Amino acid sequence: MKYRSVFDIIGPIMVGPSSSHTAGAARIGLMAGKLFGEQPTDITITFYGSFADTYRGHGTDVAIIGGVLGYDTFDDRIPESIKIAEQKGIRIHFETSEALTDHPNTARVHLTNGSETFELVGISIGGGTIEITELNGVPLRLSGGGPALIVLHHDRFGAIAAVTSILADYEINIGHMEVSRHEKGKQALMAIEIDDRMPSLVLEEINRLPQVERSVMMGE
Amino acid sequence: MFKSVKELVALATEKNVPISEIMIEQEMTVRHLERDEVYAMMERNLEVMEAAVERSLAGDGVESVTGLTGGDAVLLQRYRASGNGLSGDLLLDAVSKAIGTNEVNAAMGKICATPTAGSAGVVPGTLFAVKDRLNPTREQMLRFLFTSGAFGFVVANNASISGAAGGCQAEVGSATAMAAAAIVEMAGGTPDQSAHAFAIALKNMLGLVCDPVAGLVEVPCVKRNAMGGANALVAADMALAGITSRIPCDEVIGAMYEIGQMMPSALRETAKGGLANTPTGRWLESKIFGELSNESIK
Repeated sequence: MKYRSVFDIIGPIMVGPSSSHTAGAARIGLMAGKLFGEQPTDITITFYGSFADTYRGHGTDVAIIGGVLGYDTFDDRIPESIKIAEQKGIRIHFETSEALTDHPNTARVHLTNGSETFELVGISIGGGTIEITELNGVPLRLSGGGPALIVLHHDRFGAIAAVTSILADYEINIGHMEVSRHEKGKQALMAIEIDDRMPSLVLEEINRLPQVERSVMMGE
Repeated sequence: MFKSVKELVALATEKNVPISEIMIEQEMTVRHLERDEVYAMMERNLEVMEAAVERSLAGDGVESVTGLTGGDAVLLQRYRASGNGLSGDLLLDAVSKAIGTNEVNAAMGKICATPTAGSAGVVPGTLFAVKDRLNPTREQMLRFLFTSGAFGFVVANNASISGAAGGCQAEVGSATAMAAAAIVEMAGGTPDQSAHAFAIALKNMLGLVCDPVAGLVEVPCVKRNAMGGANALVAADMALAGITSRIPCDEVIGAMYEIGQMMPSALRETAKGGLANTPTGRWLESKIFGELSNESIK
């Protein structure tokens, strides 16, 4: 089931005007910003489907940029986010694509700071709920809705064991897990679906692991 | 987790509790929370809803950035106060508060999505109107939101609450039916009557397309929330009077899903068809984006 909580239906608290096109977009941006972990010099957003047709009217542009800057759905700075980003010297590019996607509300977020790049594809499935469908070119097959942990880590022995043993210590059960990498010995990615919501201290502990670059929780 | 309205009603009936209780208990189980925590989370939503209604009715009301919407909630309250209203005092109050919430949303103000932002007016609009008649406790007001949420939960998992996926029937339609079910519970109806109110309300929203002018959540969204509020109250009264829906609730939800699948993309939040494509709709669009481009878009 894609929706698990009553607060997916009554909520989120958000700055208007659209839960899918504003709040959902902010959450996609927020996920990308958190996983990139630092301030980008360039943000390139590609909108597909209904996002491409109506993003200006819905504030999808300010919402997704606000998300990258770390603003949550209810942050009053969202309407001003593009101006704020430009004041920080961040270059912003918006593109629209006619390409057909599985979901009408799809956005690709591309971040770079000169040396590192990061790319994420997210879909906004309604009511502010989102799913991440692709990370750095790797398709994610998360069932969506339920809580999941995304870990960017160095492609090194022991990384997977270190993360999963922390989960085991806290008695967190794994429902589904995917591991992938671009190039041997470089960055790799774990997408772990877990049965229950996880306390934030578990995430902090995972982030302290030497093999881990960054991790975020989805679907809380 | 309950998967259908049939299951939800059976659970409530078996345990002899209101539908809100089933939703609260499920939330506690799924997210490992205490009752107090779940209540506190919903209380925050309720406070945002109250603040949005109050903001919309203060002075001459709010105005959106484009100037397309705003101020109608206040106009309707003034008309209501004149005593000349024909459709009933409580109904006009609900409609005004539904409009007000969506005016705040269109003005990029803070709201609580119920189930979406575009449809955020119906549930609080009816709640704050019915409240003045039924004098509920704060807990009963929270329960109104849990009951709305329980029905919305079934819709979201079996059909859709996204206008881009299923048209306005999935947004204002779902909100209307959720509100109808919650009104019935607050008024003392049975879980079964809530389900009939939901089905009656949603049946009358089937086929509603999502055709926002210039892609903005303003025209016709604000006024569709108004009619959603009215529809919810009438459907609740019908169910409380003992009227039943010939088509069961879950089958109505299934029909909504099927209709959404058949709906062309021009009528699913792309601003390509319907009211968005009328001469006035197109004129407004060029006027708005003409002005916007001079100001902020490079």
